[in-house]
Amino acid sequence: MIRINVNGQSRTVDVAPQETLASTLRYKLGLTGTKLGCNRGECGACTVLVDDTSTYACSVLTHSVKNARVETVEGLESADGTLHPVQQAFVEELSPQCGYCTPGQIMAAVGLLRENPNPTRQEARMGLSGNICRCGSYDSYLDGVMRAAQIG
Amino acid sequence: MAYMHIGKDFVPPDVNGKVTGRIKYAEDYTREGMVYARLLTSPIPHARVVNIDASEALAMDGVFGLLTADDVYPDGEPQSTGLKVLTNEPTLVGEPILALAAIDEQTAETAISKISVTFERLPFVLDPLDSLTEGGPDAYNGGNTYVFRQGFATEKWSADQVASFRAGNEPTAEPQQTFSYGDLDAALADSAFVYESGFTTAGYPHQSMEPRSAMAYWENGKLYLHGTSQSLSALADGMASIVGVPQEDFVFINEATGGGFGQRARANSIPSMAIPAKMSQKINRPVMMRVTRDEETAIGGARQGFQGWIKCGFKADGTMAAADLYIISDNGGKGGGGDAYSAADCISILYQTEAVRFRGTSIGSNTGHRGAQRGPGQNQIAAIISPILDKAAEELGIDRLKIREINTPQTGDVGGARRTPFTSAYMPEALKMGAEKFNLQERMARSRQRNGSKVTGIGIGQGYHNAGRSGMDGIVLLTADGRLKVHNGVGNLGTYSFASTSRAAAEVLQMPWERVDIVTGRTDRNLPITSPQDGSNSIFTNTRTNYGAAQDLLAKMKEIAALELGGDAADYDFAEERVFKSADASVGMSFAEIAQKGIELGGKFTGESDLPEELNDFTKISVSRLAGQSLMGIYHDNPHSNNPPGFTVTFTEIEMDTETGKYEIVDMVTIGDCGTVVHPQGLKNQLVGGAVWGIGLAGYERHLYDPQNGLPASTGYWQSKIPTMMDTPAKIQTGWVDLPDPENPVGARGIGEPAMGAVAASLASAISDSLNGHLFNSAPVTADMIINHVAGVTSDAVPLAQNNFRG
Repeated sequence: MIRINVNGQSRTVDVAPQETLASTLRYKLGLTGTKLGCNRGECGACTVLVDDTSTYACSVLTHSVKNARVETVEGLESADGTLHPVQQAFVEELSPQCGYCTPGQIMAAVGLLRENPNPTRQEARMGLSGNICRCGSYDSYLDGVMRAAQIG
Repeated sequence: MAYMHIGKDFVPPDVNGKVTGRIKYAEDYTREGMVYARLLTSPIPHARVVNIDASEALAMDGVFGLLTADDVYPDGEPQSTGLKVLTNEPTLVGEPILALAAIDEQTAETAISKISVTFERLPFVLDPLDSLTEGGPDAYNGGNTYVFRQGFATEKWSADQVASFRAGNEPTAEPQQTFSYGDLDAALADSAFVYESGFTTAGYPHQSMEPRSAMAYWENGKLYLHGTSQSLSALADGMASIVGVPQEDFVFINEATGGGFGQRARANSIPSMAIPAKMSQKINRPVMMRVTRDEETAIGGARQGFQGWIKCGFKADGTMAAADLYIISDNGGKGGGGDAYSAADCISILYQTEAVRFRGTSIGSNTGHRGAQRGPGQNQIAAIISPILDKAAEELGIDRLKIREINTPQTGDVGGARRTPFTSAYMPEALKMGAEKFNLQERMARSRQRNGSKVTGIGIGQGYHNAGRSGMDGIVLLTADGRLKVHNGVGNLGTYSFASTSRAAAEVLQMPWERVDIVTGRTDRNLPITSPQDGSNSIFTNTRTNYGAAQDLLAKMKEIAALELGGDAADYDFAEERVFKSADASVGMSFAEIAQKGIELGGKFTGESDLPEELNDFTKISVSRLAGQSLMGIYHDNPHSNNPPGFTVTFTEIEMDTETGKYEIVDMVTIGDCGTVVHPQGLKNQLVGGAVWGIGLAGYERHLYDPQNGLPASTGYWQSKIPTMMDTPAKIQTGWVDLPDPENPVGARGIGEPAMGAVAASLASAISDSLNGHLFNSAPVTADMIINHVAGVTSDAVPLAQNNFRG
C-alpha cells in the first residue's frame, strides 16, 4: 500500500511494483477520464500533470510519483461544478470530436498555460504536439487553448 | 429562410462529459463479478489451426474458460471473406484465434502463455500483384479473390502481363468488374493532351484512438453489450445476429465512441465485440475484453491500396474528354470493399468526364483487414488525379483554377457510373469562394518561386462523396409536461450528428432547445432504425426522418386541438409551445395540455395503432415499447431519387525544403458544399478533421510488412504515421457555400468524407507544383521520395509495390 496525492486528495492504494500510473488511476481509483489509447507513449490520451508537468500516465510507474502531486481531468472542475477555463473554452469552441483524446489534450493545455499563460498559437501548437487526435481536431483544440488563455 | 435552430451553433449534450472525463466509453464500465478476457492472435500471416491444447491453462486457479472458433461456429466457419469473431483459418497476423477469461488480465495472459496452438503454415503473399502472377501464393484458402454471391475464386495473369503492368502499361487481362459510358476512343482522339501512367496508393490502418474494447453480461435472458461503434441502432441490428440473440433480447450500450472512420459502422466490421458476449454466455459472468493498440491495428481495418493504370484525355479547351482506369485493389487478409469502382465514379462526377471506362480486380494479400475508410476510393484517387489536371492545364496553357471551373459539376448535371442526376451541386460557387478567400491570383505569382532551398508550391483540390440516404424511420414524443423527446439511433463517433439531426424536429415545432431531450446512447431506450453512420449520410438521412416525425406529431397536435376546441386541424396554427386557432389566438392549448389529451385519447396518438406500414422491424419493437405513454410522432421516410453529393474545394500553399523533403503548409483554405449548414461548428470540425486526414493520405500514411515473414512493421501510430499538430497548419481557414438542397427538408447534405479528399488532392497538387510539376503518381508522397527525386536518384523499388517498399 502506498499513498499518492491525486487531485489534492491523499489516496491509499495497493500498487503492484510494475503498475503504471494510468492503470492505478483508471482501475484502482476509478478515474476513467484518463484514457489509454496506446499504453506505450505514442498518443498522449493518458496525459496527466505530475507536479504541473504534462506526463504520459501510461509510461510512469505509480511508485515513482508517490511524493508528487498528480492531477487528472477529474480534478479541474471547481467544487460548485464550474468548469476550468480550459474546459469551458473547449466547450465554447467545440474542440472535441470523438472526445477520446480530449482529457489528454486538456491536461496538456492546462500544463502549458500554467507555464505560459499567454502563448502564441505556434507555442500552443508545440505545447500540445505530444497529443495525437485521430479525428484531426487540432485546429479546434488550438482555438480552445487560445480562448482559454483569454478567459483564464 | 430564417430558422430557429438550423444553421445555429449550440452545445451538444455530450460535450460537457467529454471535457470533464465523465462520458463513458466501453472500457470505462465495470460490473460486479466482472472477469477479463484476453486474446491469443495469429503470429503467422496465413495458417490453419491444427490443434489447441489448453489443458494446462484451464487447470490454473483463476481461469474461468476458453472460447474458440468451434464455440462460436459449431457448424463450421462461414466460407466467405470478412472478419470472423474467432478463426481457425487466420489470413493475417493478429487475427484472433481464441479468448481466455480469468480473474484478472495478468492471470489471463499467463494462462494464454501456457496454451499450445499447433499451426499448419500456409503460403502467404503481401503484394496483390505477386499473388496475381501465375504460380504466386494465394491469400485465402479458396483462392486470391472473392466474388460477391459466388465465393472464393482465383485470378492469375502471366508474369509478362504483371511485369508490363508494373512498368506502367495498360493491362490486357480481363477485369472482374467494369463500367463504362461514352465513346472512349473518340474522346481520346479528340484530346489535345493525353496523360497515361501507372499509379499506386498505399493501404494504411484506421487507428481510431479508442481500441475496440467491449464488455458484456447477461441478465434475465438479455444480453447487455458495452461496445464501440459509429452506429447505434444499425449496429445493434447486425450484432444481435452475429451473437445469435433475438433482437428484442439484445441491448447495445454505446454512449460515446472513440473514432470510427468507416471501420465501426456495421457489425460485420467489428465482430470482436461478440467475443465477450459469447464468453459471458459460456461462463455466466460479466466479461471485459480490453483490446491493445497492436490488436487494434491488426483487426481495426485498413484502407484498400491501389495498383493502377490511368489514361486521361483533355480537349484543347480544357474539357476532360476521357478517363480510362484499370485498378488492382488490395483486399488484404479478409476481403475488402468497392474502393476502385468508387474512384472511377468520383472522377466521372468531379470532372464531368465525357467518356469513362473503369476496369478493376480485387486481389487479397495477407495484410490488414480492409474495409471502408473515410472516402474509400474517392479520396485515394483525389490525390492522384489533381496533379494530372495541373499537368493538363500547363500543357494546354490554361489557368489551373480555370481547368477545374471548365469541368465542374453543377446543378442539373449527372455523374458517375449510372449517370445519376445530382439533387443539387454548388461546386462552381465553392471554387469561387475558395479562390477569393485564398487570394489565389496573388498567391499564384509565388508558385515555384525559390528562396534558397525552399520552393513555394500552390495546390488546388476537389473532393466528393455521395452524402445522403433515405428509407429510415423517425420517432419523436411529446410528453405530458410538454417536452419534446427525439429518439435518435444515430451513433456518437464525434460528429455530433445525433444532436444536429435532432434539431430538425425542434425546428418543425419551434421548440426552445432547452425543452428538447435527445434519447440515445443505448438501444433499450427504444430507438428507430437508422442507416449505419457511414458514407457521410447522417445529416441528410436523419434530418429527413426527424423532420418527418415532427411533422406527424404536429399534425396530431392540431387534430387534438380541433377535437377539443372545435373546427378542423387546418384551422390551427402554433407558436411558443402553444396550438391555437388561426382566427383567434386566444383559443388554444399548450403543448403540455395537448400531450395530456393525446395520452388520454391513445390509439393513433400514442403509437398504439395506425402506424406506417413500411416501418422497419427494429423500429416496430421500439414503438411497441413506447406505445401509450406519450403523444407520438412517427414517420417512415420513403426513398428519394438522385444523388445528394458532398463537395469540397481546398487551396493550399506549401514551402518545400528541397534539401530535406519536408514542407511546411503555409496556408490552407477549405470550403464545403453540403447544402444548408445545420451546425456550423460541427461542419468546421469535419472540414479541419478531414484536412488532417487528407494531409495524412497525401504525405504520410502507409503500412509496411516484413517480406521475409509477413509480420507487420506498422503496429501503431508512429510507424504508419498519422499527422500530429506539427505536420498540420497552425490555422486552417474554412468556409461553406450554404445553399439548400431540394431533397432535404432543411436543405442539408453530408460532408465528412469529401472534407478529406479535397485536402489530399490540393496537397498532392502543391507538392507537384513545388517540384516543377513533377508527378509522383503515388500517395503518399513521402520525404524520401521527394529528396530522391530532387537528387535525381532512380529508385530501385519494385514499381507499384504494395504493403512494402520493395514488394
